[in-house]
Amino acid sequence: MPEMNTSSLPDLIFSILFFFMMVTTMREVTLKVKIDKPQGTQLEKLARKSATSFIYMGKPTSITDGTGTRVQINDKLLSNDEHFSNVVTQYILDEQGKIGDKDKPFFTVSLKVDHETPMGFITDLKQVLRKAYALKIVYSANKMTDQDD
Amino acid sequence: MGKKRKVPGLNSSSTADISFILLIFFLITTSMDTDQGLARTLPRPPEDENQQNEKKVKERNILNIRINKDNYIMIATLTNEDFIKSVKEITEKAKRFIVNAENDPNLPEVVEKDFDLLGRMRVTPDHVISVQTDRGTSYGVYFQVQDALVKAYNEVRNDLAKEKFGCTYEQCTEKQRAAIRKARPMMISEAEPKRYGKAL
Repeated sequence: MPEMNTSSLPDLIFSILFFFMMVTTMREVTLKVKIDKPQGTQLEKLARKSATSFIYMGKPTSITDGTGTRVQINDKLLSNDEHFSNVVTQYILDEQGKIGDKDKPFFTVSLKVDHETPMGFITDLKQVLRKAYALKIVYSANKMTDQDD
Repeated sequence: MGKKRKVPGLNSSSTADISFILLIFFLITTSMDTDQGLARTLPRPPEDENQQNEKKVKERNILNIRINKDNYIMIATLTNEDFIKSVKEITEKAKRFIVNAENDPNLPEVVEKDFDLLGRMRVTPDHVISVQTDRGTSYGVYFQVQDALVKAYNEVRNDLAKEKFGCTYEQCTEKQRAAIRKARPMMISEAEPKRYGKAL
């Protein structure tokens, strides 16, 4: 039986590799809070992922971090003390610094929040974001199919 | 002078393995999930902490949606206040409020205005939908309400697109969509939080 010619195999794999590099993005962070996003029907896709920063909110997954709602930024859980707004503002400034000038006007903060979170935490965070002039926000959610059509 | 030296072919049989490893690395470290959600623009922070220059809005132009700490939803226009059982009702009520087709004096003011592509139309440019929550309201309910409001706007815009251009809002050209957006602007207020709901 003649051997199969495998000389094009690397090219093949490389093209798959490039495909994946194009369509995927780096995994953001390891979540330390449990997030069960709310479901919506009228969602829009996030336009520019490169100009988007994420803030997570929910109950911690590990008991050592307590049971109350906490905010996670990058890999850190924030404490709900007087430094909270400073830490968030600094994070926003850092993130705005990272993106290019062309994307600056599209800077968006995506709020990935558990659906059981009390609104108080969210209004507090929104006030901080307003003061930091991070005015574009997205309430991140999962798609739910519309039942009535 | 010399004989042409023959270069031995490079053994490339392991390239496939190398690229496989790269492929697997990228599969693990990246994620494909596209983030979806409802986009909102927050108002600019007040210039002065003490002086909140809230724009005076006539009462009839405001649709108040209140959610208390037990997640009961209430909709209030000028004359009536209703508790809401399903979010579908919000969509219906909001649609009626946005359009105010019958020129009801208790619903927002109707003005006749000229629009590009659309011609003369009766619109409600000053209406505002305000969602107020208690600190204890659960985010899930708030989100459902926001979603229902966006749905109301999408349906209103869709109706207008069908009426004027004979196509759904999505199918319209970018210019037509811009005209429709101008005639039916989305006015959901992300107002200052109020300590509402204590009395309830």
